[in-house]
Amino acid sequence: MSLLGVCEWLAATRGSIALHESLYMYPLLESAHVLTLMLFVGSAAMLDLRLLGLTLREVPVSEVLARLLPWLKAGFAVMVVTGVLLFYAIPVRTYQSIFFRIKVLMLLGAGLNVWIFNRRVRRSVGEWDLARVPPRAARVAAALSLALWAGIVVAGRMIAYNWFDCDLQPQPALVNWAAGCVVPQP
Amino acid sequence: MTLLPWFEWCEASALGSGIRASKWLFPVIESVHLLGLAALGGALLIVDLRLLGLGLRKQPVARLARDVQPWLVGSVLVLLGTGVSLFLSEAVKCYYSTPFWVKITTIPLALLFTATVRQRIVTSAEASARPLLSKLVGLVSILLWVTVAAAGRWIGFSG
Repeated sequence: MSLLGVCEWLAATRGSIALHESLYMYPLLESAHVLTLMLFVGSAAMLDLRLLGLTLREVPVSEVLARLLPWLKAGFAVMVVTGVLLFYAIPVRTYQSIFFRIKVLMLLGAGLNVWIFNRRVRRSVGEWDLARVPPRAARVAAALSLALWAGIVVAGRMIAYNWFDCDLQPQPALVNWAAGCVVPQP
Repeated sequence: MTLLPWFEWCEASALGSGIRASKWLFPVIESVHLLGLAALGGALLIVDLRLLGLGLRKQPVARLARDVQPWLVGSVLVLLGTGVSLFLSEAVKCYYSTPFWVKITTIPLALLFTATVRQRIVTSAEASARPLLSKLVGLVSILLWVTVAAAGRWIGFSG
């Protein structure tokens, strides 16, 4: 079964239809998803700004990491749960949204960035814990993180707009390819 | 006497009409508004969580507050600039929207509270001397700004 087939199957399940047609549940989920930006993206940005040497310069990096991580994890968990449910409510259209696809790619990029940061940069934190401006590798990771999360927020917001939806043909060939639209041949 | 004519005047303003005439402008300004919200959340919570005895507990409140002050002020300015632009482009819809009125009454309260009561607690040594009061201030700050953000999100669901 193709991914599109899986999404079509999901869309026909009772839970998806219930969420999609709900008067309050869907807006509440979306509000929770957006409000958690303040906790998750906000805290991630503060950590990134510390790694860039732009704020909290006198606080040891290890302390910022240790104290913010539980909040980042909790915020991320809320984001994933609400995000998955928002996808589940509208699976086919979301799967074929180029903004959703860009968002997923950037999420993978952000995950890879964290993985590399943990493996390469964080290990030596003891050597530059008190540095007002951390070394270049840490600053690069922080700048990438800020750029990716900003892009993820913007792409996420754009999913709501239907400019490039598959049912709004004709679309440029590039859009149809990137969105995986199934376009009947004339 | 009603405020509706004033809202209609706002909607007819050059900035309002300009944003409405463009397909991209509203979503782009809206996205910057959201990024401002994330930055505001980070700058607020780092101090508010500390006031609640959570987060960066080893650091004095005053230092944290001083460090993040430029980010707090900057994000509020971005939010006000983008927020006013978004409002101008759909002022009449806002006039009939209950969440808009909730938001527009809570914003002055939140700004006033942040600039006066909260500012005094976080810049003086009072925070450590009066733990119960600082917890209350941190909690009220979070509640006020979450109300603003939630009401803002709900404007999009109404009408």
